[in-house]
Amino acid sequence: MDALDLARTQFAATSIYHFLFVPLTIGLAFLVAVLHTKWFRSGNPDHKRLTRFFGTLLLINVAVGVVTGLVQEFQFGMNWSAYSRFVGDVFGAPLAMEGLAAFFLESTFLGLWVFGWNVLPRRVHLLTVWLVAFGAALSAAFIMAANSWMQHPVGYTTDPATGRPQLSSIGDMFTNTIFVWAYVHVILASLLTGAMVMLAVSAWQLRRKAALFRTSATLSLVVLLPVSVLALMVGSRLGVEEARYQPMKIAAAEAQWTTCQPCSFSLFQIGGGNDDRTPTQLIEVPHLLSLLATGTWDGRVEGMDSVQNRYQQQYGPGDYVPNVFVQYWSMRVMAYLGSAVSLLALWGIWLAYRRKLATSRVFLVVASWAVVTPFLMNTAGWVLTENGRQPWLVQGLMTTADGVSTSVSTAEVAISLVVFLVLYAALGFVDAFLMLRYARRELDPAPPDEAPPDEEGAGEGSPALAY
Amino acid sequence: MTLPDLWFGIVAVLWTGFFVLEGFDFGVGALHRLVGRNEDERRVAINTIGPFWDGNEVWLVVGGAGIFAAFPDWYATWFSAGYLAIVLLLMALIMRGVSFEFRGKVDVPRWRHTWSGTLTIGSLLAPLVIGIALGDLLAGLPVDRNQEYTGSFLDLFTPFGLWTALTLVLLCLLHGATFLALRTTYSLRIRALRLGRLVGLVAVAALVVFVVWTTRLADVDPLALAALVAAPVLVVAALAMLGRHDGLTFAATALAMTATVGSLFAALYPNVLVSSTSANFNLTVQNTASGDYALQVMTITAAIFMPLVLLYQAWAYVVFRRRLSPPAEQPPTRAHGAGEPASPPGEPPPASPPVVRPG
Repeated sequence: MDALDLARTQFAATSIYHFLFVPLTIGLAFLVAVLHTKWFRSGNPDHKRLTRFFGTLLLINVAVGVVTGLVQEFQFGMNWSAYSRFVGDVFGAPLAMEGLAAFFLESTFLGLWVFGWNVLPRRVHLLTVWLVAFGAALSAAFIMAANSWMQHPVGYTTDPATGRPQLSSIGDMFTNTIFVWAYVHVILASLLTGAMVMLAVSAWQLRRKAALFRTSATLSLVVLLPVSVLALMVGSRLGVEEARYQPMKIAAAEAQWTTCQPCSFSLFQIGGGNDDRTPTQLIEVPHLLSLLATGTWDGRVEGMDSVQNRYQQQYGPGDYVPNVFVQYWSMRVMAYLGSAVSLLALWGIWLAYRRKLATSRVFLVVASWAVVTPFLMNTAGWVLTENGRQPWLVQGLMTTADGVSTSVSTAEVAISLVVFLVLYAALGFVDAFLMLRYARRELDPAPPDEAPPDEEGAGEGSPALAY
Repeated sequence: MTLPDLWFGIVAVLWTGFFVLEGFDFGVGALHRLVGRNEDERRVAINTIGPFWDGNEVWLVVGGAGIFAAFPDWYATWFSAGYLAIVLLLMALIMRGVSFEFRGKVDVPRWRHTWSGTLTIGSLLAPLVIGIALGDLLAGLPVDRNQEYTGSFLDLFTPFGLWTALTLVLLCLLHGATFLALRTTYSLRIRALRLGRLVGLVAVAALVVFVVWTTRLADVDPLALAALVAAPVLVVAALAMLGRHDGLTFAATALAMTATVGSLFAALYPNVLVSSTSANFNLTVQNTASGDYALQVMTITAAIFMPLVLLYQAWAYVVFRRRLSPPAEQPPTRAHGAGEPASPPGEPPPASPPVVRPG
């Protein structure tokens, strides 16, 4: 492996790892805010206990999400300095805006929420948790705008002196059609992740007869069903948009070498990859690929060979086909698991409607184990997006090979890769240990530190030692 | 003043703000085991920065992103040059960041001891590495005409960089001690002040050398004034500590930090990263800046959000202004504090008993 391969491995590994925590915390922050609101409205101490319970789970993951995010920001300059020089004028702006507008908000109000019990007036304290959730979702908007620009660069002009793209319209960047759909998709996936984890924990607790968790189980199902269905729909719409701007990505995801019309969708194939153009098709659904890739029944989908020819004429000789095997399966893992989660949510809603949610042992067992699905889906989704962009770093403007730091040696990247892998493995171990411990813990007894009944008087309390 | 100049100023403000704010929580993190003699006291020490450290760290994130957006070439050269050092910095920030959350989650002495250790090491290592990196900007690194770093890992350890790091670490410790004194009571506060006085003396010495060194490197007199501010401020701090005005002491160390980091950036201007290979290869505000449109967009963003951020962060400090004490050392039973001086005049009444969350 050379420095480029190592740098790519490191960026992929640290991004995937970071994104295990990001959607969980965005989704869970929202759900905890809902629980907190329930408590605020009802005054029912059980709601407060649930809020604190899931709040603890949220905080454990926020800690890891925040620190691994630092690595992401610094890595552009460390490993991808040629890229950073080239695109900083455009790409830097959303990152700086993210910090100013969203990350400050999220972090400051998280501190206020965690330490604000009995210190802040109840109404203000409720507001802080909503600002945390809002800040987290807003953060994602800026990051997605930056990423979408790499998929489909818009709103820039090329500086004649340096040949580098320069920002010319921030409005175009935030109305980039890839951004709009990808952002909605990510937010839905985040809510799905948060809801799935809340459902799994609640299901586990219900199996232990902790009846209070019926509230959180129902809440998570009410969120899970619509968002899992919407995530599939928005995701397929995103696929249609990407087929317009990144036809290679979509063709590779279908292992479609030749142009077809109408195109059938391959559900399962054996083999297949860049060196195997004729895999054994097990199940095919006629017209479905046309529908997915173009939104029409008889739509034409351009094959990889055709795109390759066009790109060679446009950009010069080179291999513009990404890893087809990875592309094909990441798309399917994401979509199949997404469909499974929708069915699970439907099942749960039906049980809840029949008032059998807390007693259906089969469902509770399945729902507990289903906790892994969102993490697999999220990872597969990003692999699909980023692997499908290769060999480009910025679609049509810069290849990944051209973006890497030239002053950083192979040995240096190897050292950092090992450091991050070891450190992240240790963090993951501790996080999993704490999550299992705190998710299976009994609810705290009814809180002794009940705020004074008169609302404004709550400001006179003293802060708990939350750490 | 051109837009790149303005953005150099904004970047300087962000990094200065980072050290003024995160500086004290680095200090508290590094000192918590010295100041706190038992678990209760250590816990109180950590909780004094509990609500703030995360928001403080965002100043670094925005400081970095600000450089990326406004001066992409500076960002690219600096971060790739310091590669392994930054890996070390990230390790420190990661270990430190999770320590806060993980430490109290399992009630076993060894567990707490471990995360106390990572908190201490991380809190020392982070300002150390950042200090070297900041000092290097002025001291100069081997950078060629393409703005690419040509040195090795060891070339990062310039004498001035190391001295900057030493000065900043000492200032962080001092700043942390004065913050602890401001937010605790009785024995914790006394010990913090005692440590602060000790560190303060060394910090003043380091700072004097730093000031002289900086003026020689930058070769500009008026800029030296900004740095010179730092020394008197520290004297004020020492006096204030003797006079037991905790708020004043903390303000003084905050000012000293502002003057130190601010003067470094002032001395740097109009360069952003000096090339030790040739002055012709210096990275400057003008030859690394983004285009005017990008800078305009970000100026508007900063103009809207910076005041808001300052406002709500300041509010957070107002909300958590009360002093914390360990459960065992609760007022108003004065007998408990026998042998220790009573609260200084003008200080807010000691906090009412904090409620320790079970589990």
